[in-house]
Amino acid sequence: MKIVKLPKENIGQFINHLGTFGETHAPVRRGDESFAFAPVTDVSEIALDCTRTILPLKKYFFKPTEVMFNFSAQKGFEAPAEETNKRIVIFGAHPCDIHGLKILDIVMGGRYADYYYFAKRNSAMIVGLDCIPDEYCFCRSTGTDFVDDGFDLFLSDIDNSYLVRVGTSLGEDIVTAADSLFYEVEQSDREAYKARSIHRRESFKTEIQLQDLPEIMDLEYDNELWHQLGEKCLSCGICSMVCPTCCCYAVFDQLNLDASSGQRKRRWDSCLFSDYALVAGGHNFRAHRSSRIKNRYFHKQRGFVSQYGRPSCVGCGRCKAYCPAGVDILEVVQNLRSETRA
Amino acid sequence: MPDHQNYAECRNAYQPHPARIIRTLPQISDHRLFQIRFEEEQMARNFDYRPGQFVMLSVVGTGEAPFSISSSPTRPGNIELCVRRIGHVTNALFKLGANARVSVRGPYGNGFPMEKLEKNNLLLVAGGLGMAPLRSLLWYALDNRSKFKDVTLMYGGRNPDEMLFKYELLNLIDRADVNCLLTVDRDPSGRWKACIGPVTELFTDLEIDSTQTYVAICGPDVMFKFVLKKLLERNFSKDRILMSLERNMQCGVGKCGHCMIGYKYTCLDGPIFTYWDAINLPEMI
Repeated sequence: MKIVKLPKENIGQFINHLGTFGETHAPVRRGDESFAFAPVTDVSEIALDCTRTILPLKKYFFKPTEVMFNFSAQKGFEAPAEETNKRIVIFGAHPCDIHGLKILDIVMGGRYADYYYFAKRNSAMIVGLDCIPDEYCFCRSTGTDFVDDGFDLFLSDIDNSYLVRVGTSLGEDIVTAADSLFYEVEQSDREAYKARSIHRRESFKTEIQLQDLPEIMDLEYDNELWHQLGEKCLSCGICSMVCPTCCCYAVFDQLNLDASSGQRKRRWDSCLFSDYALVAGGHNFRAHRSSRIKNRYFHKQRGFVSQYGRPSCVGCGRCKAYCPAGVDILEVVQNLRSETRA
Repeated sequence: MPDHQNYAECRNAYQPHPARIIRTLPQISDHRLFQIRFEEEQMARNFDYRPGQFVMLSVVGTGEAPFSISSSPTRPGNIELCVRRIGHVTNALFKLGANARVSVRGPYGNGFPMEKLEKNNLLLVAGGLGMAPLRSLLWYALDNRSKFKDVTLMYGGRNPDEMLFKYELLNLIDRADVNCLLTVDRDPSGRWKACIGPVTELFTDLEIDSTQTYVAICGPDVMFKFVLKKLLERNFSKDRILMSLERNMQCGVGKCGHCMIGYKYTCLDGPIFTYWDAINLPEMI
C-alpha cells in the first residue's frame, strides 16, 4: 500500500482540498464530552482528538428516518430519486467506525441488497484517522483497532505529521492532485509510527476475551445473569441507536392529509423495544426485558459469528458509554466467562 | 472509494408491485381467502414460488404485512392468501372486495425443500390457520402425485364450523390417493362424522414408516408440542420434521431484524425450519 507523509501544518490545506471532492463531514465538538459528525468547511471546526462521536457513520447511509416510497392510490409505490451525484467526504473515521461500515456492507448487501443504503454508500469517500483509546474502548479485543481496507485514505498521527495510507485509486487521485502537501516517508517517520503503535497498544485499559464466547453463551443460556440484566435494562434502545452495526428498522406508512397518498418510511428500531417481536393478534415472542437484552447479546456475539465468522461488535464502547442504566458489555462478557469457569 | 455493490444494478428489493383482488371467498368468521393477480400480465404468469413461501402484501395507506401463500405453484396465474383478520393491515384488507388494488412483493422465504420431499411419504399436520401454508404443499403434492409416496393430511379445527377449506378437504376424503384425516375439538352440532378430539388423536391408527416420511407441521404453539411428542415416540428423525413458523416481519428480505430467532432470519432461512433447527435455536418454539 502506498504511504505518504502529510505534515501537520498542511492539514488545513488538506481539509480544504478534500472540500473539492465533496461536502466534508468530520467530528465536531457538541458539548464537554460529546462529538458528532457534521459538515465542516475549515479545519478549526474539527475535533481532531475526538475519541468517539455519539452516532457512528451509519447515519449517513442508513438514515434515522427515511422515505422508502411515495404512494398514492393511483400510482402505487414509487421510490424517491436518490441524490446520486451528491458526493460527501467523511474525514476522521476511526478504525472501529470503518469496521462498522464493513459489517453494515455485509448485512445490507447479499441477495437482497438494500437499495437505499448502497445509493448513499457509493457516494461517500472515507478518510480515516487513528486514535488513542479511552476507558470505554475495547477494539483491540474485537480485532478492530487497525483497518486494512474500507477507506480511501487513512491518516496515522506521528507527532509532527500524519502518515497517509492510500487505500483506493480515488485516494491516490486526492494525493496526486495536491502533491505539494505530501512528502516521502523517511526512516525517522517509520520509527515514529512504530513507537506510536506501541503507545496505542499500551493505552488500552480494558480487554475482554471474545474467542470461544459463542460456546460459552450457549452454555450460559439460562444463566441468572440475563434476568439481572433485564432488571437493570430500561429498554430505551440507546445501545442500538449508537451502535455502528445495529441496523434494525421499523417500516410504517404515513398518510397525507388527502387520505389517499403518503409515504412509506423506515426508522431505526431496537430489539430492546417492547413491541419488537410483537405480532398481529398480540403474541409477543420476547415480552420480557431479559429475553430482549439476551437476544441482543446473542445476536452480536453468538449469532453473527455463526453467520459471518466474527462478532458484529467493533469495540467502540458506545453502548457502555451511553447506557443510562450502566449496562456494561465488558462486565457482561466477563461475568459470563467467570460463571463458566466456576 | 471502496468497491461496493453497484446500487444502480441492484433492484429495489422493497418495491411492491400492483396487483388486484380477483375475488374474496369467505371461509369461517374473520377468515377469508383472497385470490390475487399481479396487474402486469407477464408477472402474473411468471410468478413462481415454492409451497411454504410467503409474500409481503401492502394495502395502500395502511401498511405491509407477510402472508403465506395458500395456493400451489402448480396452478399459476392467481395467488391465494388465506387471511385472518387480526391486525391493522388485515382489517384494511377485509374492507376490500373484488377488483380492489393491493401491492405485492415476493415470494420470500425458503419454502419446503420439495426436491428432498420427493420419493417420500408426506404427512401434513395442521391446526387452525396452520392449514394456510400447508394447503400449498398439499395441492403441490396432489398435482404431482407420482412424485410422492403416501400423502396424509391431518387437520384439526375447533369445531365443524371453524374448519378452513372445509368442503375442499371433505372432498378429499373420497379420493384414493390421499389419506385425509379431519378432527374437531368439539362438535356442538352433533353432525360431525369424523374424529372428535385433538389432532394427536389421529395418530392412533396411523401406520407410517418414519424413515421414508417427511412431516410438515403448522399450527398453534401448543399443537406443535403435542405433535412433536407423537412424532418422536415414532422415532421420526428431527430433520424429517418441518415446521412453518410465524414472526414479526417488516422487510421480508433479512434486513429489518424483527424475525431473527437466535441466528436465523425467519424470512430468509425460514419460515420452514426443521425440528433440528428449532432445538438448536433457543426460543424458536
